[in-house]
Amino acid sequence: MGGAGLLPIIALLPFLGALVPGVMIRAGRNAAATFTAIPTFLALLMLLTLAPGVMDGQVLQKSFSWFPPLGLSASFMLDGLGLMFAVMILGVGLLITLYARFYLSNEDPAGVFFTYLLLFQGAMLGIVLSNNILMLLVFWELTSLASFLLIGYWRHLPEGRQGARMALTVTGGGGLAMIGGMLILGDIAGSYELTDILQAGEAIKASPLYLPALILILLGAFTKSAQFPFHFWLPHAMAAPTPVSAYLHSATMVKAGIFLMARLWPVLAGTDPWFYIVATTGLITMVLGALIALFKDDLKALLAFSTVSHLGLLTMLLGFGTEAAAVAAVFHVLNHLTFKAALFMTAGIVDHSTHTRDIKRLGGLLTLMPITAAIGIIAALSMAGIPLFNGFLSKELMLEEASHTSWWESPWIVPVLATFGALLSVAYSFRFIVHTFLGKPRDESIDHPHDPPFGMWLPPALLCVIVVAVGLFPAAIAGPIVDMAASAVTGTEIHTHFALWHGITPALIMSGIAIFGGLILLALHAPLDRAWLATPRPEAKRLFDGAMAASVRGTRVIAEGLHSGAISRALAVFVVTTVASGLIAFFGRGLPEVSRPLLPIPPVAAAGWLLMVAATLSVILLHRRRFLALVVISICGLMVSIGFVYLSAPDLALTQITVETVTILLLLLALHYLPKTTPADSSVALRIRDGVIGVSAGVGVGALAYAFMRRDVPSISDYFLENAYSGGGGHNVVNVILVDFRGYDTFGEIIVLGIAGVIIFALMEVLLRGRAGRRLRNWAFSEDRSRDRHPLMMVVGTRVMLPIALLVGVYILLRGHNNPGGGFVAGLVFSIALLMQYMASGFAWTMDRQRWEYHSLIGWGVIIAGLTGAAAWIFGRPFLTSAYGYIDWPWIEEFEWATAMAFDVGVFLAVLGAVMLMLYSLSRMARYAGETVNLEPMDYDPSQKSVQTERAPQERGVPTEGEEL
Amino acid sequence: MEIVVASSVGVLTAGGVYLILRLRAFPVILGIAMLSYAVNVFLFSTGGLAVDAAPILGDHGEGGPYTDPLPQALVLTAIVISFGMTAVLVMIALGAYLDVGDDHINMGAALPEGETDGPEGRNSHSPNPLEDDAPVRFNP
Repeated sequence: MGGAGLLPIIALLPFLGALVPGVMIRAGRNAAATFTAIPTFLALLMLLTLAPGVMDGQVLQKSFSWFPPLGLSASFMLDGLGLMFAVMILGVGLLITLYARFYLSNEDPAGVFFTYLLLFQGAMLGIVLSNNILMLLVFWELTSLASFLLIGYWRHLPEGRQGARMALTVTGGGGLAMIGGMLILGDIAGSYELTDILQAGEAIKASPLYLPALILILLGAFTKSAQFPFHFWLPHAMAAPTPVSAYLHSATMVKAGIFLMARLWPVLAGTDPWFYIVATTGLITMVLGALIALFKDDLKALLAFSTVSHLGLLTMLLGFGTEAAAVAAVFHVLNHLTFKAALFMTAGIVDHSTHTRDIKRLGGLLTLMPITAAIGIIAALSMAGIPLFNGFLSKELMLEEASHTSWWESPWIVPVLATFGALLSVAYSFRFIVHTFLGKPRDESIDHPHDPPFGMWLPPALLCVIVVAVGLFPAAIAGPIVDMAASAVTGTEIHTHFALWHGITPALIMSGIAIFGGLILLALHAPLDRAWLATPRPEAKRLFDGAMAASVRGTRVIAEGLHSGAISRALAVFVVTTVASGLIAFFGRGLPEVSRPLLPIPPVAAAGWLLMVAATLSVILLHRRRFLALVVISICGLMVSIGFVYLSAPDLALTQITVETVTILLLLLALHYLPKTTPADSSVALRIRDGVIGVSAGVGVGALAYAFMRRDVPSISDYFLENAYSGGGGHNVVNVILVDFRGYDTFGEIIVLGIAGVIIFALMEVLLRGRAGRRLRNWAFSEDRSRDRHPLMMVVGTRVMLPIALLVGVYILLRGHNNPGGGFVAGLVFSIALLMQYMASGFAWTMDRQRWEYHSLIGWGVIIAGLTGAAAWIFGRPFLTSAYGYIDWPWIEEFEWATAMAFDVGVFLAVLGAVMLMLYSLSRMARYAGETVNLEPMDYDPSQKSVQTERAPQERGVPTEGEEL
Repeated sequence: MEIVVASSVGVLTAGGVYLILRLRAFPVILGIAMLSYAVNVFLFSTGGLAVDAAPILGDHGEGGPYTDPLPQALVLTAIVISFGMTAVLVMIALGAYLDVGDDHINMGAALPEGETDGPEGRNSHSPNPLEDDAPVRFNP
């Protein structure tokens, strides 16, 4: 089916379009609005080309496999219900764009607004077009985020910020619950595709998990669609600019919950729990929302609670679970969209020209703003359910359904409450008309209200045309759309017969009662209002803020109880917990049989062990004398390296011994600026406690290591041994694993190392500019320093050794693929060779001769490794597939090449760059601490004995940035 | 030999844990270095010990037996990464010392029982995010 291919494009268009207004933030409102309208219009156009097929009953589908193991796919579906909602979203989106162009003032950042708007539009379209419920969840959360951004659009208003936060908390929380529900649903149905789930209705209703799934999904739907008791966020969301209120918070986003209930109607509806939860919630919300709306003085608050009430009505209709009620719900979605969006826009226009939305200050606008008044009155009459307007028709259908629905064996509760809701609706609708547009202007301070520019009243006027047209000719205009959408909801063929006159029916009588009762209520509004204001009632915002503050307090108690800022204590708790859980695991399952014999202990190993244990104990006893401890701890490192040699791990031995060297150098450099001794500040009891913790951890880990070594564990290592030569072209399996089999890991690791280097550099930059830098400049070394800091013998010796050391490094790099060695070790050997120059000849001398920045070495290393891996793509292989071969190099020998070598060069460069950057950064501190610059190769030049190369301490200056680098 | 390796791991772990529970930055760094030795040897030993069986294949990929190469590859990168981590830690410790003037690792308010020294007043919190806004006038 060719048309289905358009679906992903339609869903993507708003997201792509969202990029445009955002980047042309300076171009002004016209440009931003135009570029918002273009993608919307294109998407609408594409959708309309698909409409004829869908109206014939086709269901378009397009699916891309995304992450099959999770059941997640990018799959789109368009049926009648989706089409109706999508057209609503895009159509109202166009009108809102036009309206917002005139609504926003010159100071508002229009680009940001329209970007958010398109973001929302894309997310909402995604919900109605998704065929995969997991993808639907993603879009669902995106609408919450977009709504958060739009409510808080006027960032300077605290109402906006708080309203945005509340909306996100409530709808986001509901969304979380819904994720759980959807996962259960998909699990029962065995698929996350909506089309499959819709087929599995019987299995789902029969499942014992039906009720939990239902409740979780309804939590998501109810919070989104502002159902009692989650309705309170919607009025606070009215702090948003009015186009947002009209678009998100009455026409589309709040209908997402309704959409979802309609979408899943065939699967979930028709059971007792569904009826009692959904219909009851809807009924309560409808009556409560209407009651509060009647006593709101803020135009937008009135409309917000009326929206809550109408959403309740829709929920109740879906909750009835009958096909006729579902038809009524679909029809009312359409009608509510038209009149409510028009009403919100009217409220925005009134606000715009009178600078107030307070009904008690307004009045008599009919003569001052005739166009606006006409629009507002038509839309409000429809909201009241007066004949000849579309609201009347769907309200009649609702009352008709309510009249024969019995609740808990009582046939009159639902009809009476529904009539009461309709009565309240009439009352607040007429209050909107009478108190705003009729009568006399009540507040003289309101300055010459006037009708807005054409572009601002056109969108609501167009909506009013639909209100009247549907109201007069329902069967011709709305009939086919409702048939199409209702058929999709119920899964059966639906043919509606809308008519203005059905004869005297119960619904008509209820409607009559509602209209007359409503008018009487309005006449009594003043005394009722006083009574309402005098009655104490719970205020949602205060309760919400209280709950939030309580949860923040609770979190803080837990967080501060667990982490008090004492790292030592946290570490102790961590170690003890780990040891304890290890013990539990040990006694829980027991161990498999011992399967490996013990190896003999040669005397050398015993001697090495003794040395290491002695060194460890000495470090513990001597750790207060830091320099000594540092020297002794290196014995442990050396013994570990020797152990690696003995136990068949030459690569590890090479790496360990080179790393050992640079680590000790690093610590020596650091110790230069730290106190040379540790004061004894823990009590004996504390030391004993730590000793016990340490010994228990040591015994545990030692026992674990022993248990491991005595048993054969199944592993994937044989694969590497068998394929290292045939697959990776190398003899050194460890190196082949690093650069070939697990090359991706290594790639990540060199990046991590590079980042560590850059972090150290950056930290040092920050430190040297701040308090630490000032402290360093006034540094007074506590100990005497050698007069001859760069001894001649050492300078000469290291310089002679430099080329030899570099040659060794290159040799180790090249042989790595077949013999012990490789990029890691070579990088470290190079670093040591260069560090020797720093130590012997001085920082400045060495820097002067350095050709490459260490940062760029890291960068090049990562780039070379990455490019080597990416080159495999050219040959159609996965990332980092290596190739190898042999070249016969005349007179020398057969020479092997492998692309993994290039990768290893990348590793080499990155390691070299990172290690050097780290130590170089530390050495730079010395310059700040007033070390003299030593530009001559040697401090001590025997040929010029009289020249004082080292300046006297009082002359030494702070190096400038340029000199230093 | 297994006993030698296992006891070495145990001794290094015990020493490392004791040192990281000290209250100053430098012993903690030494402790972490010691723990790195222990962890690396431990990981290496999970492949089982073998003498004269380095995983360097013979001429055409035959020969053997060879020891398990996988833990070796893991430990090789772990050694290098633990150096990087130690370096960052050293830098942070150094920065804290130079900036504040002492090298305590704990925040002042909550030293373990029996401890009295340490700088004061560093245990501050950011204000409650709910308190930063003015009261709302628009109430439903």
